[in-house]
Amino acid sequence: MTGALLVGTALIGLAAALAGAAAPVRFRIGLSTALTIGACGFGLIVGADVLRSGHPAEVHTSALMPLSGFSLALDRFGALFVVITAVVGICAMIFRVGYTGHGLSSRTASCILPLFVTTLLLIPAASNVTTFLFLWELMAVTSLFLVLTDHAHRSEVQVAGQWYAVMTQFGAAALILGLVLLATRSGSQSFAVIAVKSSHLPVWVRSTAFALALVGFGSKAGAVPLHVWLPRAHPEAPGPVSALMSAAMVNLGVYGIVRVGMGLLGGGPTWWWLLVMAVGALSAMFGSLHSATSKDLKRLLAYSTTDNVGLMLLGVGASGLFASTGHRTLALVALVAALLHVVFHAVFKGSLFLSASSVQQATGSTDLDGLGGLLNRMPVSGTVFLVGGLAIAALPPFCGFVSEWLLLQSMLHGLPSSDVTIAVAMPIGVGVLALTGGLTAFTFAKAIGIGLLGLPRTERAEQATEVRPSMWTGAGVLATLCLVFGVAPFLVLPAVVDAAGNVTRLHLTEPLNHGWQIGLPGVRGMLAPGLLALGLVICGALVCLARRLVERSPVRLAEAWGCGRELQTARMEYTATSFGEPLTRVFEDVLNPSHDIDVSHIAESRYYTEAAVIHTSLDDAFERRVYRPADRGLQRWGAIARRIPNGSVHRYLAFGLVALIIVLVVLA
Amino acid sequence: MAAISLLQVILVVLGGPLLLGLMRKVRCRMEGRIGPPIRQPLLDLRKLARRERTRPEHASWVFPLAPVVLVASSLVIVIIAPLLATDPAFGWSADLFAVVFLLLLGSVFLALGGLDTGTAFGGMGASRAMTIGALAEPALLVAILALSVPARSSNLPAIITRSLAHPAWLATPQRVLALVAFVIVIIAEAGRLPVDNPTTHLELTMIHEAMILEYAGPDLALVKLGESMRLVVLFTLLANLFVPWGIATAPGPSHLAIALVATAGKVALLGAALAAFEVTVAKLRLFRVPELMAGAFVLAILAVLSALVVP
Repeated sequence: MTGALLVGTALIGLAAALAGAAAPVRFRIGLSTALTIGACGFGLIVGADVLRSGHPAEVHTSALMPLSGFSLALDRFGALFVVITAVVGICAMIFRVGYTGHGLSSRTASCILPLFVTTLLLIPAASNVTTFLFLWELMAVTSLFLVLTDHAHRSEVQVAGQWYAVMTQFGAAALILGLVLLATRSGSQSFAVIAVKSSHLPVWVRSTAFALALVGFGSKAGAVPLHVWLPRAHPEAPGPVSALMSAAMVNLGVYGIVRVGMGLLGGGPTWWWLLVMAVGALSAMFGSLHSATSKDLKRLLAYSTTDNVGLMLLGVGASGLFASTGHRTLALVALVAALLHVVFHAVFKGSLFLSASSVQQATGSTDLDGLGGLLNRMPVSGTVFLVGGLAIAALPPFCGFVSEWLLLQSMLHGLPSSDVTIAVAMPIGVGVLALTGGLTAFTFAKAIGIGLLGLPRTERAEQATEVRPSMWTGAGVLATLCLVFGVAPFLVLPAVVDAAGNVTRLHLTEPLNHGWQIGLPGVRGMLAPGLLALGLVICGALVCLARRLVERSPVRLAEAWGCGRELQTARMEYTATSFGEPLTRVFEDVLNPSHDIDVSHIAESRYYTEAAVIHTSLDDAFERRVYRPADRGLQRWGAIARRIPNGSVHRYLAFGLVALIIVLVVLA
Repeated sequence: MAAISLLQVILVVLGGPLLLGLMRKVRCRMEGRIGPPIRQPLLDLRKLARRERTRPEHASWVFPLAPVVLVASSLVIVIIAPLLATDPAFGWSADLFAVVFLLLLGSVFLALGGLDTGTAFGGMGASRAMTIGALAEPALLVAILALSVPARSSNLPAIITRSLAHPAWLATPQRVLALVAFVIVIIAEAGRLPVDNPTTHLELTMIHEAMILEYAGPDLALVKLGESMRLVVLFTLLANLFVPWGIATAPGPSHLAIALVATAGKVALLGAALAAFEVTVAKLRLFRVPELMAGAFVLAILAVLSALVVP
């Protein structure tokens, strides 16, 4: 029954793609969007059913792919990701109806977007290596096309597309090597067989496969140092696509690391997980630092995705570390925290990206230095962004708070430990978590305060109006979920516990949530998010009431204090650049800020300035130190290699002869 | 127990302004001035409450909401945190991490209120306050970790009960290191010298004051009240975490009376000490503050690591 639903998901997705390609212009968007929502709906049903019952949904057909067959089996762990993708997909598709920017309504894009969503839905169900790699590549290629939708109009899109193509194919290559190594060594393509046989494989095979998978999935997840495509591709992709990439596709990187490391390989030595934790810590710090100093809204959100993926990997690494040292309960709790963060990140990052796209549509820009005053002009989209920002900053009563709390708890209870690795790794993990927490609060105080509050800084921002209802509905649903999950995490927690238990084959002696509260087994004290929310609402209402009672006259609108200046203009306002300046100076060594000032003088006298322009930029240290030199090296090598083929047939014949001799010598 | 929580709320709401008055008095006396009476901040609040509320023309609904969130988040902490007794209402939910995130909620909203004014000062104050807040966060959470590890819980009553049961534990190096880190962070969070000068009159040197420049009347009263409540809460938590004696561990009015006297004494002592310290130091340059925070972070990490050596 559920298997049929899985097939249905795929078929409706294909139908949506066909409709996007072939339907007349008038119905194209409506039809393909409706069908894509249908595919997501089927995915949601099958995912929810598997999560509830625990019976995997299986489909196997040998007709579609030779040798291996096309094989899907959705277990609880995969179902969690299918449900996340389905919810984000539905919201992004509702949003898409009103969204007109970036050429997303073209025939190509209407055809490819449903395909992309469908592959996202099916990947967690793939149950053999070929199926998985096929779907994975399909996802990579379709997402590349979607990033490139607007390439004809802006040259940055092409550059972003190149970066994305290289990184995603590099990751795919690593992935193919890793999975094929596992498949050949264990003698079967099937994930179920690999999971059984992998424990008998030699250590080097297991470790190589894991390292390759970490590289492959890490590049898709946007983990440092493979994150460079994120801050380029996200700002250039159309709104719903960047939301889908950040809230659904990136998750699959984490899915893959857990599936391979804990599912197929069944855990591993301590150093694997220390490596994962190190990558996570680096990603979290680097991402949060860059998002704190970015001044482009979507670039900021992209770096914040790297930051959040870092937190998830920190949880995954801690879980593996606990498992490898025998702390079974804590291993499960840490993985639950990481997966809970995956769920919540999808919810708040989806709402943030969608509302940022609304801002982009309304003002034509995502440059924070040109926004401002939007909460008054776009009340719903502004509020959605505000809620998403508070949730990602882990503030109660929104959802980010719950997952970060659980992550902190799992690390706290790893101590005191007899194991030195844990004893050293956990305090550092908490330090990283705390630093990124503080920086995230800073980032979103900036994004909300500069982007939505105060005075508009440009004409376009001044004249912005609320976007169409379908757009704010799509984003609003996700923002509502931020609040709902933040107040009542028990709605998702048991499902996440089941999913984590399913992949690690561990289980808890008692549940994590006791009604509305969350507490760790055998630990005194609990977190009561619902109670805190209720307290905040009641206390807030009482304070408002008290203010109303003592108030003697209505609020007077007044001019703000400008040191005696009469007129308040936006030029007096702090910008995102100036807001981030103290932090940029504190972390100068990492961020390497550069600025140059062009001053032009009046022709008559050099003592008077006509205009002054300042250019500031922040480099990505990895781009500067790793990718640029690598790129230069490749170019140089290419230049040398180009000299060899000069068009002479004689030379080519000589090459052939030399090659033949070498082969013969080697074989002999 | 609801009665304890109610008592805590009343005491903190009244005691916060009185603490500020006491600190001001100590400071004045040390500088050879007489100074205003200790109850002056309470009178100021009454005066402000009667004044007119103003709002900058371009501000949104976030501006009037910010003071409410600041006070409401402080109130929630006051209700659940063990300030006078180890079993206030919902004491089982008084998680130290939750307290930190509630404090952060107030700070973020205050920064948003500052940015909502659309003035240079609002943005300047918000930027500086959030920078310092972001850098204080790691030290604070790791210091909490150092306290939570031996108690095997980050629940506040659990930590305090454990300290009372094992007094020797209070003199271990990890506690001393965590204490120093805590004190530095509290000074930064509360915006006191040498991180921020709450009495400055020059906009360019302001951090916190620049952020709240546009608030007037009842709104300003709420901001002032919220700040003083946060100061009392932080002092009381500091006192109870590191010198827990006097807190009421059993129900009954006599225990509460002792706890009341002891806590008030401890907090007053801390306030007087901080005021005396403030007389002797000058405000740090803004870009020296990160060094202070990094120092606190290192101390907190050392506290955790020494917790493993000296169990």
